[in-house]
Amino acid sequence: MLKQTKILTKRYDLDESWTLQTYEKTGGYKQARRAMRMTREDIVAEMKAANLRGRGGAGFPMGVKWSFMPPKGDKPHYLAINADEGEPGTFKDRTIMEKDPHSVVEGCIIGCRGIGANAAYIYVRDELHLSKARLWDAIHEARKKGYLGAKPFGVDYPVDVFVHTGAGAYICGEETSLLNSLEGRRGEPRLKPPFPAQYGAFGMPTTVNNLESIAAAVPILEMGGDNFSQLSDLHHMRDGGSRLFGVSGHVNNPGTWECAVGLTLRELIYDLGGGVKGGELLGVIPGGSSTPILRPDEKVHAPNEDDPMHKWHGQSVLDVPMGVDTLRNCGTMLGTCCATVLSDQACPVLAMHNLMRFYRHESCGQCTPCREGSGWIERILDRIVAGEAEIEELDRLHEIAGNIMGNTICAFGEGTAMPALGFLKKFRKEFEDFVRTKGKSSTGRLTIAASSDHRAA
Amino acid sequence: MAFSLTPERQETLQDILSRYPNKMAATIPLLHLCQEQNGWVSDEVVDYVATTLELPTAHVFGVVTFYTLFFTHPMGKHHVWVCRTLSCALNGADEILERCKDKLGIDIGETTEDGQVSLHTAECLASCGTAPMMQIDKEYHENLTLDQVDVLLDRLRS
Ligand SMILES: Cc1cc2nc3c(=O)[nH]c(=O)nc-3n(C[C@H](O)[C@H](O)[C@H](O)COP(=O)(O)O)c2cc1C
Ligand code: SF4
Ligand code: FES
Repeated sequence: MLKQTKILTKRYDLDESWTLQTYEKTGGYKQARRAMRMTREDIVAEMKAANLRGRGGAGFPMGVKWSFMPPKGDKPHYLAINADEGEPGTFKDRTIMEKDPHSVVEGCIIGCRGIGANAAYIYVRDELHLSKARLWDAIHEARKKGYLGAKPFGVDYPVDVFVHTGAGAYICGEETSLLNSLEGRRGEPRLKPPFPAQYGAFGMPTTVNNLESIAAAVPILEMGGDNFSQLSDLHHMRDGGSRLFGVSGHVNNPGTWECAVGLTLRELIYDLGGGVKGGELLGVIPGGSSTPILRPDEKVHAPNEDDPMHKWHGQSVLDVPMGVDTLRNCGTMLGTCCATVLSDQACPVLAMHNLMRFYRHESCGQCTPCREGSGWIERILDRIVAGEAEIEELDRLHEIAGNIMGNTICAFGEGTAMPALGFLKKFRKEFEDFVRTKGKSSTGRLTIAASSDHRAA
Repeated sequence: MAFSLTPERQETLQDILSRYPNKMAATIPLLHLCQEQNGWVSDEVVDYVATTLELPTAHVFGVVTFYTLFFTHPMGKHHVWVCRTLSCALNGADEILERCKDKLGIDIGETTEDGQVSLHTAECLASCGTAPMMQIDKEYHENLTLDQVDVLLDRLRS
């Protein structure tokens, strides 16, 4: 249900929303002050009650993740915040860093306290220069006030926050790769186990959270975890709160909005996104390029009354509330909750080609199925697009993508294979026609409007 | 000639080192600092970083070659990055890229003869809602039109 909220975004429209002055005038740092005097267990309990499903893509419950951190011994603990924001189609964390960086710093204080850490590293992709500057300014302002440092808010429990950057590698968004990059290494993912909670940054217990996840820790304490969770239509499925939704591609009004969890893709595309630009809806990639595309004519199939999806049986997938479990049950993923829309004036073969080029380019190369597989997929698509491929090669694509699944160190492999299989299965006819007619069946384009005439507003 | 940081950047380096429990963690920030000064990561820069952080040269070199934003060759004074990933492609990234190539008279990965501008493609720069877009040095230019591309590139070379 379309329920726009102003919780994470409450300062977005204020003057100089990024300054300490504005932040404190609007209630800022009260929760960090409180958290410094709460026990770890109480903080974790609030996060669990909030049912916040990680906003970075995998959707793991944040409170549960925090509870995996061992009790404080002699080993330092670390908090690592993931602001790599590299998943194609995703542009939400950037808005928080630019418009409300203090909420990230305050979230880090709460997070450090909640997991027994004394330092947080915010890993921001290097290209986001304004984001980095705003975060550093916020850190310096907070430090000056004594909110960070040896005794935050007068409590004898040091907390420090730093910004760390990568140098251009999508894979550094994967949490173990991020940790290697933080340590000054090549950003190659690590085999799990051990998990970061046992062996993370610098070999120490570490929690990795997405930037939006950590910023939400502030309103969670402010409202109380359960109240936060109840904002959501999917509270009963333990998918709570409000979050940032984005939409881009072929829509009339691309952007990000904060809404209660439970918004549908139809509402995101038509009510917020202003509808499909230049044609009818061909398909929508729900949450970043690693999530398989959905077609508007797909229906939920859950005839069994015990099925959690039964409520939506027979309805279009566009009318299912966007949640971690609901979208998984639709055969895709919620991912980063930033959708990419394709109009039917665009060609699905070219769209897949564009994305598979991305994955081939970004594979770190450690695992043969991922490194070679992403290369083969791209080369076959090159041939298809050039009109040189045979129809059997479509089956080869299936086979190669299938061989990546489950055979790699990190989830990048699935993130490549699943969307590939999605395109191939859902647009089989278009792919076959494309190959047979050497591309003549296709609209032949991705861009549907001349670049100068569609953004007069 | 051996490389070394300017005194001002030496200070920044001290600040960087103070953030981490060991020296290795300063590898990427220090490489950024050196590249900012030198324009690219030369063998001398690699040696300098390795010596300063007490790391094997091979480690530093391995890091440099992993990340696309470290350059192992001299580059133009300015960098133009055109995003070509899906949301931008759906909104005209190809045309933007073609216009850049035409206007600069170079291909992707090349530098103009006067050494002013290097042209690159970029993968999704988290600006999809304002596609098509490109980054010039540290700045984002969003909702681009071809006319704007002309103006921006002219400004770079004037
Ligand atoms: C290839 C790959 C790229 C990823 N990129 C990001 C990213 O840019 N930002 C992010 O927050 N999480 C990203 N993730 C997910 C992280 O590994 C991790 O699950 C997340 O940061 C945990 O935070 P959360 O539980 O708060 O969502 C990526 C995962 C993979 C496999
Ligand atoms: S799956 Fe791909 S990206 Fe992940 S570790 Fe293996 S080669 Fe690297
Ligand atoms: S696709 Fe270009 S900024 Fe995301």
